[in-house]
Amino acid sequence: MNAFFAAYLAQDGLSNGAIYCLLALALVLVFAITRVILIPQGDFVSYAAISFASLREGRVPGTVGLMLALTVLAVAIELARDRNRFAPRVLRLAAAPLLLAALAEISPRLHLPAVVDALLATAMVAALGPLLYRIVYRRIAAASTLVLLIVSVALHFVLLGMGLYFFGPEGVRAEPLIDLAFILGAVPIKGQSLLILATCAVLAAALFAIGERSLIGKALRAASINPTGARLMGISTEWSGSLAFLVAALIGGVSGVLISSTTTLYYDSGFLLGLKGFVAGILGGLASFPLAGAGAFALGLLESFASFYASAFKETIVFALIIPILLWRSLAARTGTD
Amino acid sequence: MRAERIAPGLAIAAIATAPAWLGAYQLALLTYVGLSAIVALGLVVLTGNAGLSSFGQAAIVGIGAYVAAILTTQAGLSPWLTLPAALAVCGLGAWSGGVVMVRLSGHYLSLATIAFGAAMYFLFGGLEITGGQNGLSVPDTLFEGAALNYAIVWAALLANMTMLANLLDSRMGRAIRALKEHAAMAEAMGIDTNAAKSGVFVIACLMAGLVGWFYAYFQRFVNPSPFSLAAGIDYVFMAVLGGAEMLWGAVAGAAIVTLLKPVLQARLPWLLGAAGNFEGVVFGAIVILLFQFAPEGLLPRLRAWLGWSGLRARAVSGGQLPSGHGISAGEVLSVEGARKSFGGLLANADVGLTVNASEVVALIGPNGAGKSTFFDLVTGATRADAGAFRLGGQTITGLSTRAIARRGLARSFQHVRLVGDMTAIENVALGAHRRGARSMLSSMLGLGRAEERAFLATALHQLERTGLGHLAWQNAASFALGQQRILEIARALAADPILLLLDEPAAGLRHQEKQALATMIRALRSDGLAILLVEHDMDFVMALADRVVVMEFGRVIASGKPRAVQADRRVQEAYLGAPLAAPAGEALS
Repeated sequence: MNAFFAAYLAQDGLSNGAIYCLLALALVLVFAITRVILIPQGDFVSYAAISFASLREGRVPGTVGLMLALTVLAVAIELARDRNRFAPRVLRLAAAPLLLAALAEISPRLHLPAVVDALLATAMVAALGPLLYRIVYRRIAAASTLVLLIVSVALHFVLLGMGLYFFGPEGVRAEPLIDLAFILGAVPIKGQSLLILATCAVLAAALFAIGERSLIGKALRAASINPTGARLMGISTEWSGSLAFLVAALIGGVSGVLISSTTTLYYDSGFLLGLKGFVAGILGGLASFPLAGAGAFALGLLESFASFYASAFKETIVFALIIPILLWRSLAARTGTD
Repeated sequence: MRAERIAPGLAIAAIATAPAWLGAYQLALLTYVGLSAIVALGLVVLTGNAGLSSFGQAAIVGIGAYVAAILTTQAGLSPWLTLPAALAVCGLGAWSGGVVMVRLSGHYLSLATIAFGAAMYFLFGGLEITGGQNGLSVPDTLFEGAALNYAIVWAALLANMTMLANLLDSRMGRAIRALKEHAAMAEAMGIDTNAAKSGVFVIACLMAGLVGWFYAYFQRFVNPSPFSLAAGIDYVFMAVLGGAEMLWGAVAGAAIVTLLKPVLQARLPWLLGAAGNFEGVVFGAIVILLFQFAPEGLLPRLRAWLGWSGLRARAVSGGQLPSGHGISAGEVLSVEGARKSFGGLLANADVGLTVNASEVVALIGPNGAGKSTFFDLVTGATRADAGAFRLGGQTITGLSTRAIARRGLARSFQHVRLVGDMTAIENVALGAHRRGARSMLSSMLGLGRAEERAFLATALHQLERTGLGHLAWQNAASFALGQQRILEIARALAADPILLLLDEPAAGLRHQEKQALATMIRALRSDGLAILLVEHDMDFVMALADRVVVMEFGRVIASGKPRAVQADRRVQEAYLGAPLAAPAGEALS
């Protein structure tokens, strides 16, 4: 392999790594706050990519139907749970999805610029997060990690089938947000790669700042470390769970919009991406953001070079790698007795 | 009660007569139900009973199938020679993988199996020897005819169920059922929890390998798709749908998923007006709803609805387990210079203590004095920085909890650790674990019946000795706290110990319960047992203990007869503070 190829593969690896990094951050966040291992994270990615592509083509994306269906379900559950003064709660649940749906409905006639379409697609996917948390996880928030994981896997299958129904089986590929390419040294650099890396850096920094510095971040961490204690201090675990899912879906949405131009995506493409986000997240023991980030870039590079040397075994190598790492993390995590 | 007993019999009768009233297509479908049920059965033991998860069982089925297919097509081996090969590969693989697996805790294990399932699927599709995505055609068949295949598979299923039922109802079975929530307690009962975990894993993988081997000759074609991660997830769904704790749950779950799938595949696209596989939505939604409303699974829910408890008293007869030692005399426990620090905190500084046979020694002191740390050092739960520990004349310094338990130490826990969904008699029999010898294999083959009778007789004796005999066949979770504490003592006694460690046995007990406990402890003392207890109830301690040892800030500040200790000035100051008149520094000197 010559230096040109190496640089090319490295660029590919780094931009994929940035996506894995974003997904890993979302997974670590959700796990830390709710103990849910969010297998559906990848589905958010494909939903967003397909929604963005539909909007670009001047069609109303299937996400609208999905979002409205979930809103109706969430409102019905809210009604069944407690009918006292439910109007403000329902309004809080339904306002954002209804607004976004209305916007998406009229968007084909407005011929919006690509950036607005990107924001709209991301926002619609982000809205799914809290809805899913309320419908699926709230009632079983105290269940064991294994039960939450099995439910996550089940939810992934539901979302996969819904994706097929609302989006159809066709693959999509959108135009890049930044149509820029230049040559640095002898290596062609793609603008979209730089955009992906920059977005990753900004989001990671924002998450870090919010998590470490703000009162919201402190409340979220309190809710994850000691839910009962946090509740006594007036921090609702329902609020923290919904917020974690909102951020995770938002990150999934951003990732989906960003990669929609780099590869053809189908309704079921997200799963493998999410799984690789996991491999990265696990590198950080599902607890440390910096380690998860580093793991993501290492994984992106490994995958990129593995595809060159042993393309038939690319996926096997990536997933087999996880087991020794899990062992290491598990041994490192078990410091106390019992 | 009667319906509950005949229900499995009726099910077996329906299974046995099925070929008489079903066609070839239905029988083939039921053959697939049986194959899936065998894999799900492994998960019932693994997940439902031992609390270990695996999303990678489909990959193990795949390994069994590919071993059979490759050996048949490449080496021309007969199916009866590939069977031991397939089982050997799956069993040895599980055994060596188990070394890694038992060290993965909780969600790490789940994720590792997901990664394993994904990696194996891509490996099956990427290798040349497996035929890649095109797969391999298998020339041989095992049995001709739908009815014969059906009969063989269901006979194998029922044989596996019988073996697992034998296993769960044995010494090792109780150990397996304690793994889910109480691994540390199980170690304190002398159970090798790592060996139990890897044993269960090997059993589940052997069953999956058996299914894979059969599948290769039944389907006569092997390709990666039935062994994908999604298929592995299906097996987990089957187990949790039916009821992951019940063996019949695996059959129910496998039947629901396998029979419903073709119906949904045919109807849903028509219903939705779109082509594609939508059955995942239905199964996913069912599993989500299940955990919201009936997390224990459909079959246990049905059983509860019908009012079947699943518990029934059995006649217990025959002799008890042999006792390992005679009545001991003299010094049973001796500790010298025990030291343990946590960072900058010196929790135990040169603590020394002896307990003799037929003696009750009480360890007391204010909160944070280091009593619990000392207990942990003696039982081996925490390793001491320094100190010499001897039990029954043997050095136990640095040994594991399990090894110390085997040398005659038994304990109760400050926070009760009972297996709530096991009966009282089973919980007590758990304590006797180290006195038995039957392995998983011999229990599965039904060779452990005599020993099991002795286990139950021993457990019942201890329950009667502690006054709980009438509650032997009730679930431990239904006991009041006081009864649970006594049950813990009965469990400790079943270990046939020479030293009994009781961690706050009177906490939360009512006055009369405390009196009964004191009477019982005196009786144990007169039987020759050495007893060390930590307790905060001073009336209880002073009336019962032969000697009292008082700790404060990690050191022993006084020891002796209760009356002498009560009169000790330092002890009074430790509990009540120094007298106002004298400065604290002077009072201590």
